[in-house]
Amino acid sequence: MSAIGRSLPRKEGRRKVTGQARYVDDLTLPGMLYGTTVRSTSPRGAIRDIDFQPGVPWDEFTVVTADDVPGANVVALITDDQPYLAAKTVNHPEEPVVLLAHPDRHLLEKARGLVRIVIDPLPAVFTIDESLSRTATIWRNDNIFKSYLVSRGDVDAAFAAAAHVVEGVYETGAQEQLYIEPNGMLAVAEPESGVTVWGSMQCPYYIHRALAGLFALPPERVRVVQMETGGGFGGKEEYPSILAGHAALLAWKARRPVKMIYDRLEDMVATTKRHPARTRHRTAVDRQGRLLAMDIEFTIDGGAYCTLSPVVLSRGTIHAAGPYLCPNVRIRSKAVATNAPPHGAFRGFGAPQSVFALELQMDKAAAAAGLTPDQFRRRNFISTGQTNAVGQVLREPVDMPRLLDRAFELSDYHAKTARFARSNQSGTIRRGIGFACFMHGAGFTGSGEAHLASLVTVEAAADGLIRVLAASTEIGQGTNTVFAQIASDALGIDGEDIEIVQPDTAAVPNSGPTVASRTSMVVGKLVETAALGVKSTLIASGLLADGYDSAAFRAAAAAYVAANGSLRSTAQYHPPGGLHWDDEKYEGDAYGAYAWAVYVAEVAVDLTTFETRVEDFVAVQEVGRVLNPVLAAGQIEGGVAQAIGWALYEDVVWREGRMVNGQMTNYIMPTSVDLPDIRVEFAEFPYPHGPGGAKGIGELPMDGPAPAIFNAVRNATGLEVTTLPLTPERLMEAFQFKADAAGMRD
Amino acid sequence: MTDNQVQISFTINGDAVTVDVHPMARLLDVVRQQLRLTGTKEGCGEGECGACSVLIDGELVNSCLTPVIQVEGASVTTIEGVATGEQLDAVQEAFIAHGGAQCGICTPGMVLAAVSLRDRNPHPSDDAIRTALAGNLCRCTGYMKIFEAVRRSIAGSMAQ
Repeated sequence: MSAIGRSLPRKEGRRKVTGQARYVDDLTLPGMLYGTTVRSTSPRGAIRDIDFQPGVPWDEFTVVTADDVPGANVVALITDDQPYLAAKTVNHPEEPVVLLAHPDRHLLEKARGLVRIVIDPLPAVFTIDESLSRTATIWRNDNIFKSYLVSRGDVDAAFAAAAHVVEGVYETGAQEQLYIEPNGMLAVAEPESGVTVWGSMQCPYYIHRALAGLFALPPERVRVVQMETGGGFGGKEEYPSILAGHAALLAWKARRPVKMIYDRLEDMVATTKRHPARTRHRTAVDRQGRLLAMDIEFTIDGGAYCTLSPVVLSRGTIHAAGPYLCPNVRIRSKAVATNAPPHGAFRGFGAPQSVFALELQMDKAAAAAGLTPDQFRRRNFISTGQTNAVGQVLREPVDMPRLLDRAFELSDYHAKTARFARSNQSGTIRRGIGFACFMHGAGFTGSGEAHLASLVTVEAAADGLIRVLAASTEIGQGTNTVFAQIASDALGIDGEDIEIVQPDTAAVPNSGPTVASRTSMVVGKLVETAALGVKSTLIASGLLADGYDSAAFRAAAAAYVAANGSLRSTAQYHPPGGLHWDDEKYEGDAYGAYAWAVYVAEVAVDLTTFETRVEDFVAVQEVGRVLNPVLAAGQIEGGVAQAIGWALYEDVVWREGRMVNGQMTNYIMPTSVDLPDIRVEFAEFPYPHGPGGAKGIGELPMDGPAPAIFNAVRNATGLEVTTLPLTPERLMEAFQFKADAAGMRD
Repeated sequence: MTDNQVQISFTINGDAVTVDVHPMARLLDVVRQQLRLTGTKEGCGEGECGACSVLIDGELVNSCLTPVIQVEGASVTTIEGVATGEQLDAVQEAFIAHGGAQCGICTPGMVLAAVSLRDRNPHPSDDAIRTALAGNLCRCTGYMKIFEAVRRSIAGSMAQ
């Protein structure tokens, strides 16, 4: 029986439910020190002095500053602008300046408070507007990390001919990933032997490259090992390179192992968050309710350093026009610098921000055209064979009307719309229902996968058991289980005979980062190809007869290894034929495959407290073949929950570039009593270039819930709120504004 | 034993232990560092996330907020004490079977919260399950598969 398509239990499940799974903080090495970070006290300025005040025996401490960096003091990513440790200037209020290590954690914490960093302040910018108007120039000569222009058709002519023109401005706030395991690293580093780190991470080879540069070491003297990782969501994509570097710098100088585990406050305030964004829409619609033109400005706040902002901006830009056919599209997008800690990768990667704006705007455009939200969308859905905003012809099947029909059926949308319209005439609890239609591209954008050229190796051990060697990390999403299912089907053996090797750069090839909904679809396909290579070698050798079972396969593999020394096969990514992307013109096949979805939210709004509760949630999506239904549904449910948090509860409060509510007591994520039943259904159009027909799904569920909820709240209350999160304060302001406006008319 | 330390005796997962420790040391640190039972996790250190949940005389508590002196003479159960040898508890089996664990960092606390619920209320309603788990935060699952696991392993006899 095929393993793909079955809900096989999580491969490392037993370790996790018994507490035996080993996370980085569970490791201790002899002679180990603890490390900590002393950070800037100012959002921007020149470092005048660092003063170690009396109160601890400073000679017992290892102290590292920028002067101690053996190689390049720059975190290797897209642009070489971010130092590991600030040397002369600081550009955000959490910028690391000094590192300390000591065997006693309590003394270490005391010492941290005794380091005084004296900074001469420089003018700073804290908002998108301040950055764009350059009240201060804080990054190169224009505060702009990256800008894109998408241009299709003749937008201005289309507006001149429009029956309806609709405008809107939409804003979304930062969001903390809030993995429950904080960032942590343990390092051993000595000039003679090199650098090894064990830690919580998504991308071992990102860290590997970063450490090689930081220590000016050849790649073979750097080793990065992933420990069990307690959630990532993008928050452990690029940031762990910094923490790994810090722990290794301390270990290098102390010549002892150093462990650094952030506490919750430090993890919340100092590490990356979702980019705050502002989107302006102008939409031109004809008399029949068809989209004539979209003119979109999409701007994201990148924080103090470039990090991944150009790529986040790219994905947000490409998703900004959504699953609609529109002949004239202009999207102007920018990522700007502010003096806050760099914003970074977070599930959805720019798309949730631009999809939020689009799906509120589509409801508004529907109303302007005199259509219901679903009538309007049905007239404008893109379908198979048509060309999207960036000039990609959709060759794979897409059927948005079918997803919409099914989502409405499951949520009883039409009946509820009618019922709520009646029941909302009175009472303080108003109910509403709303939805969002969207897609999410899987894998790196454009030519990204071709540049990565990822590798996977499958090999047989001496006992004939199979080992899958890949750098893709298990961070809760199910990598181990899904890879075992894919290899199991390719080889025709039991999953129990397959080991997914823990990512360790000394053992596994570079399969690229664990990001971008690419692990199952892109790396999974390489697992399949490499496994088939092992099987065909065995068949060609004559050791494996037709109709074999797991035991026969194992015996044949063991015999092959005994005779030949090894049995291994490596697969490398090559883009499927016919995919073309033009980086200059910013057009072409942006993604090999998209997942498509319609999500429906039902809300209850209390007009006494202005609290919004999501009472029911339906998520219908087409994701190619579902590899493991329980794991896939778990991805959708978890993503929806995270997006409900973003929409309603999770409000990062900033003061001069610093998050001031960096605790779980005042930054509120959904608990088990805050969420509705999340009802998940999959449609499956197998994708020929994914393993068993699978497409990527991990990020998709982050995109749709927020706009569905906002549309439901407007349906419930008639109030238009365009800024996320929808806190009770914000809704009350909208209510009072409307009441005041009504009062003025009377 | 240094000046500030006292001897605290209690049982952990059925074994009697005595530790020399500062009386205000967090139970979490004593369990993880002195007793090397690292299944108990630290997620926030301020009693919000429940990753450090343990049972003290059957009561679910956050070990990050518990000074060790409070467990003198008490019986403490950590995640390592839930299974019987190789035999998993029904709650643990259900978490594996129904996708209740993803990244696994909240799982030890979540399993203990479910076990504690079962001890108090062998046939909980869905609302009672939601309420019993409200002190244990999970960022991966959206809780749906956790409810399913708890329903199947605890409420099963009544609900199915």
